[in-house]
Amino acid sequence: MTTATVSPLRLTWLHLRFQFLETVRVPIAVLGNLLFPALAMFFFVVPQEAVAGDPVTATTAVAGLSLFAVCSASLFTYGLGVAEDRQLPFDPFLRSLPAGPGPRMAARVGNGAIFALFGVVPLVLIGWLFTAASVTPLQLLAGVGTILLVSVPFVLLGMAVGYSLSAKAALPVVQVVLFPLAFAGGLFLPPQLFPSWLDGVSLATPTRAGRDLLVEALTGAPASAVAWPVLLGWTALVAALAVLAYRRDEGRRFR
Amino acid sequence: MTPDLTSDLNPGPTPDLAVDVDHVTRRFGDVVALDDVSLAVGPGELVGLLGPNGAGKSTLLSLVSGQRRPDAGRVRLLGGDPRDARSRTRLGITPQETGLPATLRVREVVDFVGGHFADPVPTGELLEQLGLTDLARRQTGALSGGQKRRLAVALALVGRPRVVLLDEPTTGLDVGARQALWDAVRAYHASGGTVLLTSHYLEEVQALAERVVVIDRGVVRADDALDAVLRRVSLRRVVLTAPDDLSAWPGVVRSETVTTPAGTARQTLFTPDADALVRDLVVAGVPFGDLEIRGASLEEAFAEMVAPTVPRPGQPSVTGATR
Repeated sequence: MTTATVSPLRLTWLHLRFQFLETVRVPIAVLGNLLFPALAMFFFVVPQEAVAGDPVTATTAVAGLSLFAVCSASLFTYGLGVAEDRQLPFDPFLRSLPAGPGPRMAARVGNGAIFALFGVVPLVLIGWLFTAASVTPLQLLAGVGTILLVSVPFVLLGMAVGYSLSAKAALPVVQVVLFPLAFAGGLFLPPQLFPSWLDGVSLATPTRAGRDLLVEALTGAPASAVAWPVLLGWTALVAALAVLAYRRDEGRRFR
Repeated sequence: MTPDLTSDLNPGPTPDLAVDVDHVTRRFGDVVALDDVSLAVGPGELVGLLGPNGAGKSTLLSLVSGQRRPDAGRVRLLGGDPRDARSRTRLGITPQETGLPATLRVREVVDFVGGHFADPVPTGELLEQLGLTDLARRQTGALSGGQKRRLAVALALVGRPRVVLLDEPTTGLDVGARQALWDAVRAYHASGGTVLLTSHYLEEVQALAERVVVIDRGVVRADDALDAVLRRVSLRRVVLTAPDDLSAWPGVVRSETVTTPAGTARQTLFTPDADALVRDLVVAGVPFGDLEIRGASLEEAFAEMVAPTVPRPGQPSVTGATR
């Protein structure tokens, strides 16, 4: 007779495998995530010679849209996905199994990273084939590592939303959070075009910090000194929010 | 169980009990789902938790499985706090049939749930035991109701649990499927397992449980051996068509009348002794036709047993709203 729980590492791997399996069995969910940033790339970057023709600007544009793809995948997958899961009767069952919240959350983060990278692949291909964007293999590797690291606060933010709200409420909240953050963070327009007050706001956003770090990894253009502290600060804050939301959540609210 | 002295400083948990619910109250907003409920289940017991829909049965199970925490009182599972994952290593529960992840295959779901336990029953062996071997590669969304129930019970047993919670295990199943599931529950109990089962079917509890706890509107109304409780709730239902109103006949505790489109009055009479009632009617020469006699469902029996109490203040007509 043993009361030992399975090691958290094995549980995380278990949840990662099954969450992945569940997601890929609905292929359209995966495809939707690939298409939007790729289309944005074709409409807004490829036709503009000034952007597409210059290696640094083009690489920066690819970086911005890649980060947008990652933020969008993280916020939607987790904000909406978690909220939807909570409404399924299988969720309270899973919470009765001998595992704390840790492995499930870690697996969600890992799964978020995997699908976020799927979204980045077409952007990198388009950037390589249709624009002057260029990186060394080492820079590309650094970029992938950075984007994974940068996605962590967005996955956690998505989970905080998902565990706090119903699916119906989570959808508009995610949209309201995502687009202003993406714009203010300079993912659509380069922050060099921002007036100084907006640049000040921008520097405090996690999207801007993530973008700057990503651009630094890809082009060598130095990130602002506050990028790391801002990113880590946001990560700590949303991690606390996500844990709080999970603890407060007891399945669906009964009225 | 190894007592964990570092985290468990609460005095007085009784480690011998499988489930120990001690003066527990749980509210949802204004609705009191459980009101000062106590329940102690020893190892190896098979306890039926009975009550109409909304009585608080599922809420009680969710407290025992650590999904919710009580507003007041204390819940212990095998001597530990059920909200601590370590206390749940010897617990098995069934998911609701509608909640299985539709895109996963039967084998995958069993592997996944079994992966949470240190020493799970091998998936093949468990599927064999519950007659699911041929369905192993089927996606759960494509299973029939009975097959889903069997899978649900398999998921409760995969971790070799010492305590199993079964919430309405056979609701909506046909006779054969129900019998097969009952056999699985009996086999588990015979091997020494503790079972806490909810149902609103008298028949089911009668077939399985040794001890019955009756819950209604968040309060334990009875906690006794099966026979004793059965005597209190086992009303029979006599349905017949008759010109005279028989609702005041001796032995009839309650009645309902439906007028059919043909204009005849179809009466339903609830009585503790259907044989005596019918004999009396025949002897007295009362005209009637189309006689049917059925066991009253538990819910109907409860209408008799517990309903005549006054609604609690501030809660006029929403007693069933806690599900």
